[in-house]
Amino acid sequence: MNIIEILNLVHEYKEYDENETEVETVRAIDDVTLSIEEGSFVTIVGHNGSGKSTLAKHVNALLLPTGGTVLLCGQDTMKTEELWTLRKNAGMVFQNPDNQIIAGIVEEDVAFGPENLGVPTEELERRVEQALERVGMTAFRMNSPNRLSGGQKQRIAIAGMLAMKPKCILMDEPTAMLDPVGRKEVIETVHELNREEGITIVLITHYMEEAVDADRVIVMDGGKLVMDGTPREVFSRVEELKACRMTVPQVTELAHELRKEGVELPEGILTIDEFTEALWKLARAKIPE
Amino acid sequence: MELTLKNTSFSYDPGAKKPVFAVRNVSFTIHEGEFSALIGHTGSGKSTLVQFLNGLLKPTFGEVLFNGENIFDKKYPLKELRQKVGLVFQYPEHQLFEETVLKDICFGPKNMGLPKEERIERARHAMRLVGLSESYEEKSPFELSGGEKRRVAIAGVLAMNPECLILDEPTAGLDPAGRDDILGTVRTLSDTEGIAVVLVSHSMEDVAVYAERLLVMNQGSLLYDDTPRAVFEHYRELEKIGLSAPQVTYIAHALRDKGFLVDEHAMSVPELKAEILRVLGKA
Repeated sequence: MNIIEILNLVHEYKEYDENETEVETVRAIDDVTLSIEEGSFVTIVGHNGSGKSTLAKHVNALLLPTGGTVLLCGQDTMKTEELWTLRKNAGMVFQNPDNQIIAGIVEEDVAFGPENLGVPTEELERRVEQALERVGMTAFRMNSPNRLSGGQKQRIAIAGMLAMKPKCILMDEPTAMLDPVGRKEVIETVHELNREEGITIVLITHYMEEAVDADRVIVMDGGKLVMDGTPREVFSRVEELKACRMTVPQVTELAHELRKEGVELPEGILTIDEFTEALWKLARAKIPE
Repeated sequence: MELTLKNTSFSYDPGAKKPVFAVRNVSFTIHEGEFSALIGHTGSGKSTLVQFLNGLLKPTFGEVLFNGENIFDKKYPLKELRQKVGLVFQYPEHQLFEETVLKDICFGPKNMGLPKEERIERARHAMRLVGLSESYEEKSPFELSGGEKRRVAIAGVLAMNPECLILDEPTAGLDPAGRDDILGTVRTLSDTEGIAVVLVSHSMEDVAVYAERLLVMNQGSLLYDDTPRAVFEHYRELEKIGLSAPQVTYIAHALRDKGFLVDEHAMSVPELKAEILRVLGKA
């Protein structure tokens, strides 16, 4: 079943000069059709201004289409009277952890969303406890969020969403401001949610290594989808990706560069293990027994 | 130019019985034209050091010396120091506010009280340094892409002719090509203009390629101060303190474990590629 259905989506906005006269119309999303299967882990990559964030913001009606249709769990995002169900089904995590935390104590912050949904107290407590447990932050429940690291804050933001029991989590560069371990914490947490709770994840990122373990990678350029496939399929197209201002993980690039020198490694190598294994096989074949 | 931290420490509550120190006894000197990167986990004290370096924060203990003079001496002209040691904050594009790119870049020189012709001359020079052509002069900063906005913000600091440029995560949120553009530009500034650069970064891949020196902070102390190659030898220790090495370093080590005797010090894709070709007998 598809949790997200996007049909011929167009999003345009107008630019104005200092006298507030209209200068031009910018087409940020240009006829995108896309379905995302429930329970899948999808990564969207693309250069700055390619339309990825604009696309994601249509899923939970932070933006509405200029043309075309967006359905979340079968519900049209244009039906604004259903907005709260829609936003409950698809939560969003943003780039800056400091802009997403509002309460002075971790557990209160996590409770904020479901409390606003009118969840009764007992149920609320249970949800907060489960959500904190899920992101590995139970030990910090009574702490002040401003003492936490960036990775921990993002996990609190994720817990706040989990407590609303969403079917889908949209993440707009959640790791851009984090140190390497913070990045790893956040990415591992969302993979667990996807695997163990079946929550659909749509992850926008500029770090290609984070796309490697996704079910599917979508590449955007100029408001259009230009590639769509498994990480292996997409990362095999190194030169095309570079033309879209993208890159590939270092290990994939290394294999690609060696191929150019006549080393017969397969394209689309994604992990260090795959790389060393492939190189080892190759070297062994060359040695006469 | 020499910018020195001498036994600097910082505590938010120095009067407390057991004061907590955000920075503990850190010393190093930044030299002319040197490209250093400052790395460390969130809360390791990087930002505190950055604020010491351009006089925004006074160490609880220790001294900050610019060309041998203590910048916190009563008579020291701190305003001039902040022109000589330029600081580009995180997300500097949020600080753009003028109607045109040229006016925005002129803002610093204007505050310095420079005559109009000189302001414009400096702004144009700064634009050339960051690779913005003249056609950008009259554009609104707000119609530019993320990477272009960041260039404008950096040019605004460069227009004050700094001798040292400190950049706090200048590539956060930029796409891979944008990251390379900005860091390539900064590298050129240090190579050709002799500007000392201190880059605060979370990307080990970037610092491996661009920096000559790594300053690694952990829990308020300076843990390593060495070339990136020497620092990444300690990749296991780096992991324990919230950091890592570039993926290439891990590939090199994994290859050695498999019996390929590549140099484990390789830090970039071209370096490791050359090493693998050498080992395979193809180079």
